Amino acid sequence: MEQKSKFPLLILAFVAGLIFAFGLSLSQMVNPAKVLNFLDLAGDWDPTLAFVMGGALLVTVPAFRFILRLPHPLLSGKFSLPTKRDIDTPLLTGAAIFGLGWGIAGLCPGPAITALASGLLPVFGFVAAMAAGMFVHMALFERK
Amino acid sequence: MTEFTPVSGLLGGMLIGLSAVLMLWGAGRITGISGIYGGLLKPQRGDVAWRAMFVAGLIGGGLLWPFVAGESLPVDLQVDWPVMLLAGALVGFGTRRGGGCTSGHGVCGIGRLSQRSVVATIVFMLAAFVTTFVTRHFIGL
Repeated sequence: MEQKSKFPLLILAFVAGLIFAFGLSLSQMVNPAKVLNFLDLAGDWDPTLAFVMGGALLVTVPAFRFILRLPHPLLSGKFSLPTKRDIDTPLLTGAAIFGLGWGIAGLCPGPAITALASGLLPVFGFVAAMAAGMFVHMALFERK
Repeated sequence: MTEFTPVSGLLGGMLIGLSAVLMLWGAGRITGISGIYGGLLKPQRGDVAWRAMFVAGLIGGGLLWPFVAGESLPVDLQVDWPVMLLAGALVGFGTRRGGGCTSGHGVCGIGRLSQRSVVATIVFMLAAFVTTFVTRHFIGL
């Protein structure tokens, strides 16, 4: 891989993280109440989440088409993209288990990490439990 | 009850999309938060710092939000401690098993028209709809 200075890449990652968090905050997707009111179709339904997803895709779908035609990213020698293509059992069971956890608390990984800034202790518990769940998966299925 | 906020929702979503565009254009990376966080738990040489910086930005953005917007970060938790821990563990295990979450599969995967991500997004959305229906209307969480 081409050697480039890492510094600009780190600044980029930090700024992208900031923008992501602002997006979650502006759209109120950091708020589990708002997410669960979207997921609860039988309650006082709040369709906002669909608009957030729509807004994000409105940007990524056309921009990704353009970016992925470039020979390499601006600050790195190559694109690092997922290589799997098949619809396999782990994809389906994993997505279902994720949906189960998401539907219970109304938090997915991004909002959970940004919501740490609220200082609410159960959010720290959630993020730590998320790490525990990942460690269990690594121990069971990622041994080489 | 929360108010339907389509405009701030759409604009917030576009900011999330912009973040994903910056990461792909600049770093050649998919902005999947479960993947970025998981990579910190299983550190590979030369692949840690950018993840840590992104996560720092995610938390920093939440900390800065009250100063930017003049309102506190809206976080209204809906379930108790033990249930939060259970949900967190399921989210951690499930995203690792399924290779992504709302951002990696939903925003970026669909963004690059990946069939796997479209299927994963449909599955976790359906699972979440059913779960919330059951926990709110039958279990009463």
